[in-house]
Amino acid sequence: MTTLFAKNIKRLIPVIAALGMTAGVAGAAEPIKIGTFLAVTGPASFLGDPELKTLQLYVDKINSDGGVLGRKLELVHYDAQHKAKSAITFVKRLINQDKVDIIIGGSTTGTTMAVIKLVERAEIPFISFGGAGVITDPLKKWVFKTPHTDKLAVQKIYSDMKKRGLTKVGVISGAGGFDKSCRKNAQTLAGTMGMTIVADESYGKGDTDVTPQLTKIKNAKGIQAMLFCGFGASSSIVAKNFKQLGMKIAHYHSHGSASAKFIKGSDGAAEGVRLPAAALLVAEQLDDSNPQKAATMAYRKAYMAKYNEPISTFGGHAYDGLMIAVNAIKRAGSTDKAKVRDEIEKTSNFIGVDGIFTMSATDHLGLDEKSFVMVEVKNGTWKLLK
Amino acid sequence: MSAQFLQFLFSGITVGAIYALVGVGFSVIYNSSNVINFAQGEFVMIGGMATVFLSAAGVPLPLAIILAVLAAVIIGYLVEKLAIEPAKGSSVVNLIIITIGVSIFLRGLAQVVFDRNFHSLKAFSGTEPIQIAGASITTQSLWVIGGLVIATLVLGWFFNRTLTGKAMLATSYNKDAAKLVGINTGRILQLSFMIAAFLGAVSGILIAPIALTYANVGVMLGLKGFCAAMVGGLGNPMAAIAGGLLVGVAEALTAGYLSSAYKDAVAFIIILLVLFFMPSGLFGRKEVDKV
Repeated sequence: MTTLFAKNIKRLIPVIAALGMTAGVAGAAEPIKIGTFLAVTGPASFLGDPELKTLQLYVDKINSDGGVLGRKLELVHYDAQHKAKSAITFVKRLINQDKVDIIIGGSTTGTTMAVIKLVERAEIPFISFGGAGVITDPLKKWVFKTPHTDKLAVQKIYSDMKKRGLTKVGVISGAGGFDKSCRKNAQTLAGTMGMTIVADESYGKGDTDVTPQLTKIKNAKGIQAMLFCGFGASSSIVAKNFKQLGMKIAHYHSHGSASAKFIKGSDGAAEGVRLPAAALLVAEQLDDSNPQKAATMAYRKAYMAKYNEPISTFGGHAYDGLMIAVNAIKRAGSTDKAKVRDEIEKTSNFIGVDGIFTMSATDHLGLDEKSFVMVEVKNGTWKLLK
Repeated sequence: MSAQFLQFLFSGITVGAIYALVGVGFSVIYNSSNVINFAQGEFVMIGGMATVFLSAAGVPLPLAIILAVLAAVIIGYLVEKLAIEPAKGSSVVNLIIITIGVSIFLRGLAQVVFDRNFHSLKAFSGTEPIQIAGASITTQSLWVIGGLVIATLVLGWFFNRTLTGKAMLATSYNKDAAKLVGINTGRILQLSFMIAAFLGAVSGILIAPIALTYANVGVMLGLKGFCAAMVGGLGNPMAAIAGGLLVGVAEALTAGYLSSAYKDAVAFIIILLVLFFMPSGLFGRKEVDKV
């Protein structure tokens, strides 16, 4: 009760101040409110946890450097977990109660898709950290996103396969949304990129062994390469079973396996696996001429100095989202929602952690296949393939 | 072709042995209380996670395993003491719901005490697989199968040859009568939770190099172990083992010969059929209603 009272009083302060002073002075002191809802706890916490830490780190940093447009940033955060229902509740609260100027976040595709209607109706700029392409394709006026899509990942993988002369692919995927979307892209892109899918296998949630599926892939006619669509513990299980069966074909994973946990959990079986990843993963191996080197190294240093834990590429999505938002607000010269939205859309050559963003009226992601680098697991660590 | 069949069979036996190990834990508790302990999967998780974190902290693996199992047994005791015993006298359904609460609590606790990532233990005897007639099986699978065989023998001996084991069976057949002949049925329930936690933790450690371990690993393993126990017949540890192997092999053969998309469906169809035609499981004892 008291907190509610205090909140109301707080909200009244600007009004009271405005009565006494000029409205302009009171307005200048008001912070820019950045709303966010992330999966900080629950099964998707591996996304939300580094994302929130990144946002807090950089909001503090920007504020200690004097803020934006002479105003401080204020991060309004709710933990929506991996639940569409709580995402809706919290976004409503962000819009109606907290009256935020911009919303960034939504750790997963599910929570993002759940709130798109609300955001569009409220006409508030929204930058999501959700993975799937469906968030910005088809295009929504107020919705943007920063993570690479699985479509870009599959494109990158197929290009690499073609470079090595491999065209006959076996796909294995899990039951999750990410897995299915990746598999679908693998199928549709196969046609346009001249690849043939000769085996298509799947496994269930929590499966502990996939050797029957891999045996079928191994014995498929003409097979040259295997693509695994999925993430988490399954990445390591697939790699272990691949090794157990003594398979010799090229072994590709999606970017879902791009974490140190995958290598460690595979107990040596990850050697030779190729996958597309954000440049952040191999920041120190990038050429000095690579424009992304400075940005990724700086982010890595700042994050590790503050939290003393290894960076994850997911935190990078949050960094890019926040920076794109802040830059747009700076260019717009105000927090006017329509102006900020237009400026986000005009983001051009922004060197982020995920890649170099150039958005347009038809592209609300602004990344292409080049934003990925191909890496291979060698001697228990990532090796950048040039 | 036969090499392929053998490969599917190996997979089925590996997976089946994992289900069976988890399933046995269900049977032990059911045996003494008619309660289905849905926190059984969490005992598996605690065994695996505790071992991973202890050995990461520098504890030598054998000692880490012993400590992890000990921790699980203590948690098993605490679960019975703090969650089940205070609800003494409530219906079995209430007790089952309590175990679901316990499982959610333990999962949450694990995310705080350990972390939210997945981990693997190194395979006990190296990662080089054994080749048999063109098919391969990991040495870790043999550890799991060996663990299952030992668990089978020890439990068989315990329930049929020792006084405590017989007292446990007596408690499950008729609690009141067991009390009348002087069996401390409260102690029996405590003991059954500790044995189940022990089995769970040991299986969690044995399977961690294959299935990996994470805070939520117990959810699906618990469910599949429960299926194993149901198919075999609740309350009979040997039946749980048969049930686990049956489900595992059926899954592997479906994935191999039919389609991996139907794999889980087949497992559940087997369970439905068994429950429909043989409600007390393939090897379960007949329920006799006393009037």
